[in-house]
Amino acid sequence: MSDSEKQEPGILDEKVSRRDFLKRSAVVASGAASLIAAMSPLRLMENGLSAEEFVQNHYKELSKEEMDKVIARLSKKIEERYDVDANLRDVKPMDGVEYVYALNLSRCNGSRRCVHACVNENNQSRSPEIQYISVLKMPKGTMDMEQGTRQYEPDEVPEDDSFYLPVQCQQCENPPCVKVCPVEATWQEKDGITVIDYNWCIGCRYCEAACPYWARRFNFAEPEIPKDRVNPDMGYLSNRPRPKGVVEKCHFCLHRTREGRLPACLEACPTGARIFGNILDPESEISFVLKNKRVFVLKEEAGTLPRFFYFFD
Amino acid sequence: MFKWLRDYLYFLYRCFVISFQGSGYFYTWMTFLTALSLIGLNAYCKQLVYGLSVTGMTDHVSWGLYIANFTYLVGMAAAAVMLVIPVYIYKNKNLGDVVIFGELFAIASIIMCLLFVTVDLGRPDRFWHLIPFIGKFHWPVSMLSWDVVVLNVYLLLNMHICGYLLYMKYLGRKPAKILYTPFIFLSIAWAVSIHTVTAFLLVGLGGRPFWNSAILGPRFIASAFAAGPAFIVLTLQVIRRLTGYKISDDALFLLRRIIQVAMVINIFLLGNEVFKEFYTESLHGASAKYLFLGLHGHNNLVPWIWSALAMNFTAMILLMHPASRKIKYLNIACVLAIVGIWIEKGMGLIIPGFIPSPLGEIVEYSPTLNEILVCIGIWATGFLLYTILLRISIPILKGNLQISLKYTQRITIKSE
Repeated sequence: MSDSEKQEPGILDEKVSRRDFLKRSAVVASGAASLIAAMSPLRLMENGLSAEEFVQNHYKELSKEEMDKVIARLSKKIEERYDVDANLRDVKPMDGVEYVYALNLSRCNGSRRCVHACVNENNQSRSPEIQYISVLKMPKGTMDMEQGTRQYEPDEVPEDDSFYLPVQCQQCENPPCVKVCPVEATWQEKDGITVIDYNWCIGCRYCEAACPYWARRFNFAEPEIPKDRVNPDMGYLSNRPRPKGVVEKCHFCLHRTREGRLPACLEACPTGARIFGNILDPESEISFVLKNKRVFVLKEEAGTLPRFFYFFD
Repeated sequence: MFKWLRDYLYFLYRCFVISFQGSGYFYTWMTFLTALSLIGLNAYCKQLVYGLSVTGMTDHVSWGLYIANFTYLVGMAAAAVMLVIPVYIYKNKNLGDVVIFGELFAIASIIMCLLFVTVDLGRPDRFWHLIPFIGKFHWPVSMLSWDVVVLNVYLLLNMHICGYLLYMKYLGRKPAKILYTPFIFLSIAWAVSIHTVTAFLLVGLGGRPFWNSAILGPRFIASAFAAGPAFIVLTLQVIRRLTGYKISDDALFLLRRIIQVAMVINIFLLGNEVFKEFYTESLHGASAKYLFLGLHGHNNLVPWIWSALAMNFTAMILLMHPASRKIKYLNIACVLAIVGIWIEKGMGLIIPGFIPSPLGEIVEYSPTLNEILVCIGIWATGFLLYTILLRISIPILKGNLQISLKYTQRITIKSE
C-alpha cells in the first residue's frame, strides 16, 4: 500500500454529497428511461406467450392426457384466430407400413397443381408464401439442377425442350436434418416420415442448412392464412397452423395417409405422375413400380437414402 | 467460512462500484458503448415482434451476418491460447503480465458468441430446450449440441482462471497452483476444441460441398490465431497508454511473430482450398466461383472477398518485412488482419455455402439495417463488458485495488 493516493476508493469510506446524489439519481433515471425506450417495440407483440405453452414438454414426453390438453388449447387458439372448428388430432403411424413415393418424370407436365394443392391442404402461410414442393424446369439432356429453374411462366405447359422435376422432402432413411437438430425437435417415425414438433423447434435453422434437397422452410414472419382458406382437417405433427420462428416441411400428408387417404399433391396431379403407397405391402402399386421401373433417387452420393424415387417411362 | 464469504461479496461489490468510476474518457467511451448497445437492443426487440423477416435471411440463405460474426468470434475467443501457451508452457516473461487480458477478452468474445447465436434463434423463448437434462439435448449426435457444451465450458474455464487469479491478487495471497494450473492446461486444449467444433458444425453438412472440406478446421484455427493476437496487440497499446500499466514492446513483438506465422499458414491453406475448387472444375466449385468471380451475373461478394484477400496479403507482407518492428506499421498490419479475416471467414465463408442452393438456385443475401444494428449492439455490449473487465482487473494487478487493511490482519501479507 505504498502509493495510497492512487488507491481506488472503497465505497464504505465515501461520503456522498447532496449534489453527487442528485447527479447519480439523474444518471440512473435517464439510463432506465433509455432502456425502457429501447425495449418499447415489445408493446406491439401479438399472441403473447402463455405459461402452458412455455413449459410444454417434447412431443415424445407428453402423456395421453397432456396431449389432450395441448390439443384442446391449440384448437381453442385456432378457433379464436381463424373462426374454424378444427378437427385437430395426433395421428399415429400404423404398424407394418413404410411410405414411399415415386414420380414419373415422363408424365409430369409442370402444371404445378401439386404445389398449390399442397399449400391449400397444409395451411401454409400465404404471406409470405411458403411452398413445400419446388418444380424445376430442366433443359433436356442434363440432371444438373443448376441448369434448371423454378421461375417459368409459359402460356402453356409442357414446353417442348424441357422436362419438369418436382422436389419435396425426400423422407430420407438417413436424414441429415434429424442428425443435426440440437434439441430433437425433428425425428423419423416408424412409417418413415420425418416429422417436426412445431412446439419444440427453437428455430436455429441448422436442419435447413443440412438438407441436400432444400426441402425445409422457416417461418420468418407470423404465418398468414385467410380465414376462409384454412383446412380444418389437421394433424398435430403435420398441417396445423405453425407459429412464427419454427421450421416446417412436407410430411407426406400424414394426417391423410395414416388414415388411408392419399397425399394432396397426388390427388391434384392432372397426369397421374405420382405414385404413393406402402412399400411393405408387396401387392401395392408402389412396390410394382420399384420392382419394375428403372427408378433412381436424387443426389444418391449424399448417402441420404431417400424414400422418394423418380423414373422415366 | 462467513468471513471468507463476506470478503468475497465485498470484493464483488467493490468491483461493481469501480466499474462505474473513471476518467472523463472512460465515461464518454462507456456512454457511447451503452448507447450502441441500446440501439442494438431496440433493433432486436423489433426482430422479436416481427420475426426474422426483418433480417436479410431467406430460406435460400438461412444463416447470415449473425452466424458469420459468431464464427469469427469463436476464433477470437480461442486465440487467447496464443498468449497462454508462451506464458505457461514456455515461461515467457514478457507476456506474463498481459496474459490475463487475453483471457478476459476470451470471456467477452464467448459472451458475444452466445448473444449472436441467441439473436439468430427463431424461438429464443425456447432456449431451455437446449439445457442438458431439462430440455432434450441431442448430444452427442448434433454438432450444435457439442458447440453449446464446449463454448460454455470454455467460458467457465476462463472465468474461473481470471476470477481466481484476480481475487488472490486482491487478497494479496499467492495463488495455489493446484487451483489454476490444471485449468490452464485444460483451457489450452479446450480453445482448440471450440474452434474445431465450430468448424465441424459446417464441415458435417454433406449437402453443402463448399463447407464439406477437411481443411476448414485448420483454416479456422490459423485465421483465429492471426486475428485474435492482432486484436490483443492493439488492446495492449490502449491499456498501456490510458492506464500506465507496464507492457513492454517485446511482448508486442512476440505477438507479431505469432500473427506472422499464423497469417502465412492461413493464406497457404486458403490457397489450397482455392486450387482444389478451381482446378478440378467440378460442379461442386460453384460456391467458390460465386465467391471469387461471381456466378451468372450474381457477384455481391466478389468485391468483399478480394478486399479481404488484399488486406490479408498486405498484412502478411508487412508482418514479414522488418518495417513492422516499428509499432506504427505493426498496428497497420494488425488492423488489416483483423478486418481481412473478419470478411474472409465471416461473410466469405458462411454466405457462399448457401449459394447456389441445393436445387441450384442463386438467391443473394445482403443484411438489412435492422440486422446490422443488432450486430453493432452485440459488438458494443462485448466491448462494454471487456472494458469493465479491464477497469476492474488493472487496478487489482497494479495493487491499487486490494482488500482493506482492517481485514488483512488475519491473513499473512505477502511482502512486495
